Amino acid sequence: MSMDPGAQRATFSVNAALVVAGLLVLLALAAPLIAPFAPDAIDLAGRRAAPSSVHWFGTDDLGRDLLSRVLYGARVSLAIGILAAALTVALGAGVGMVAGAAGRWIDALLMRIADAILAVPRLPLLMIASVIVRPGVPVLILLVAAVSWMETARVVRAEVRSLVTRGFVEAAHAMGVKPLMSLWRHILPNVIPTLVVATTLAVGRSILLESALSFFGVGVQPPTASWGNMLYQAQSTMATEPWLALFPGAAILISVLTVNSLGERLSISRIGVRAS
Amino acid sequence: MLLLRRVAQSIPLLLIVSVLVFALLHAAPGGPLAIYLENPGVRPEDIERLRKALGLDQPLSIQYVRWLSAFITGDWGFSLSDGRPVAQRMLERAPATLELAGASLIVALLAAVPLGIVSAVRRGRWVDRVSGVIALAGVSLPVFWFGLILQLTLAIGLGWLPSSGRSAVFDSGFVDRIRHLILPATVLAAVHAAAWSRFLRSSMLGVLSQRFILAAEGRGVPKRAVVLRHALRNAAGPLVTIVFMDAALLVSGAVVTESVFAWPGLGALFTEAIVRRDYPVLMAFLMVTSAAVILLNLVADLMHRALDPRVA
Repeated sequence: MSMDPGAQRATFSVNAALVVAGLLVLLALAAPLIAPFAPDAIDLAGRRAAPSSVHWFGTDDLGRDLLSRVLYGARVSLAIGILAAALTVALGAGVGMVAGAAGRWIDALLMRIADAILAVPRLPLLMIASVIVRPGVPVLILLVAAVSWMETARVVRAEVRSLVTRGFVEAAHAMGVKPLMSLWRHILPNVIPTLVVATTLAVGRSILLESALSFFGVGVQPPTASWGNMLYQAQSTMATEPWLALFPGAAILISVLTVNSLGERLSISRIGVRAS
Repeated sequence: MLLLRRVAQSIPLLLIVSVLVFALLHAAPGGPLAIYLENPGVRPEDIERLRKALGLDQPLSIQYVRWLSAFITGDWGFSLSDGRPVAQRMLERAPATLELAGASLIVALLAAVPLGIVSAVRRGRWVDRVSGVIALAGVSLPVFWFGLILQLTLAIGLGWLPSSGRSAVFDSGFVDRIRHLILPATVLAAVHAAAWSRFLRSSMLGVLSQRFILAAEGRGVPKRAVVLRHALRNAAGPLVTIVFMDAALLVSGAVVTESVFAWPGLGALFTEAIVRRDYPVLMAFLMVTSAAVILLNLVADLMHRALDPRVA
């Protein structure tokens, strides 16, 4: 099958983004093997050291090696990003499919709830929830998903509503296939491309949300390192030790940029349909 | 008639939001009095007295109705950190936030509109691809980090601009006001500028592929006029809608930006309230900003209909 240059370029970018994403996950997984120091090894003699050949990213106010902390922080930040995104999309797909297939008041009710949560500014809502719940990492993942599922639900609902009027679904219905079975067998497979794009974009947004929460000191709590709470700690001494702010932030930017470009390219390369 | 129907539709939304906000607060261990429970200096019998005085011993449904009716009439309770009325504290902070939001709107549009137009006209060329990459980076930026980096380089490092605050102590002239605005407005604008430029691009591309554009070109209308007068006018409608729809995002951005740049607005008030567990302020903030978002979405919808008669 021949592809036009645009689609070819998109496929190349998808592959490139996948390689970078895979590399990031690999670095996170391999942190204990490749980190030059333990992430919490305190060295009071070598505090606040600028980047050098020993400490590539420098050290923090307790003399902890920043490169090691960024690598270990990747485990926390990426895990939250990926798991929260999976949960977000699962929730959104569930709500969207139920709303789209059930129609009538169930649809109206679910969509009004989605609209209402969308109207509440996401970060402040999450910050208040975190202040109240004081979550550990697993609960943090739940909270991020709880304020993020609505967009997916809307898109999935719209697709389901157009799918249920299509011939093959109506035919299945006429042949006596139960609605739930039809939802699973005929509708879900057709929604999956949308869900893939939604998941990649949700990974980026979840990473950003976690980092913002931790930046305000209400997300991942020290001594566990996440990129966000490293920036929280870096903020006060930024003028004298800028490397403390530079590297964790760059790690966030690179990760989010990777998954966002993956999501954008995936949505272009597939039959020109863009998920909004 | 349409206006009435749309307004009526946003009322249930506001009610759901209010239930959500109320439930959130009462999910807190100790409820609204949590701050006192943590304070060993406050005796249990005092807490009990407060609970009665504030009506917290009543059933939740009654508390909700009371809270909501008080809220609607402008009685937003008292701040736990300084005892002043919440409404008064928020009103004091509102001008700074509106100033920042207005400035960032201008910055975002100044960046997004030319970028979007040029990318659409030069589709697939290097300008389009570069602006695509910039836009992708813009929506992927951790806002607070972008703020810290700008502060570090332009303010602390080069000393070109003040690093924080709304105005200097001594020199508070117009120029000084603008100088203080530049960094926070840029940071707050970044995400929007990135998203809007790509949105305008695709909306322009949609218009440019239509027949009336071809017809105008065929009549010999200069390219510039085709793009600006014919295409942009049609593509602007959806952009205006998106600008208003992004209000919720703007609020989240303001919380971050104001905190990084010590900008004395509502966002900074919110983060102070987070640190002090000042629940009445937190509740009022969520209610007011959500209501504003719903209102702006309504405006977006109505403007979209006004700008484009084809929308039924």
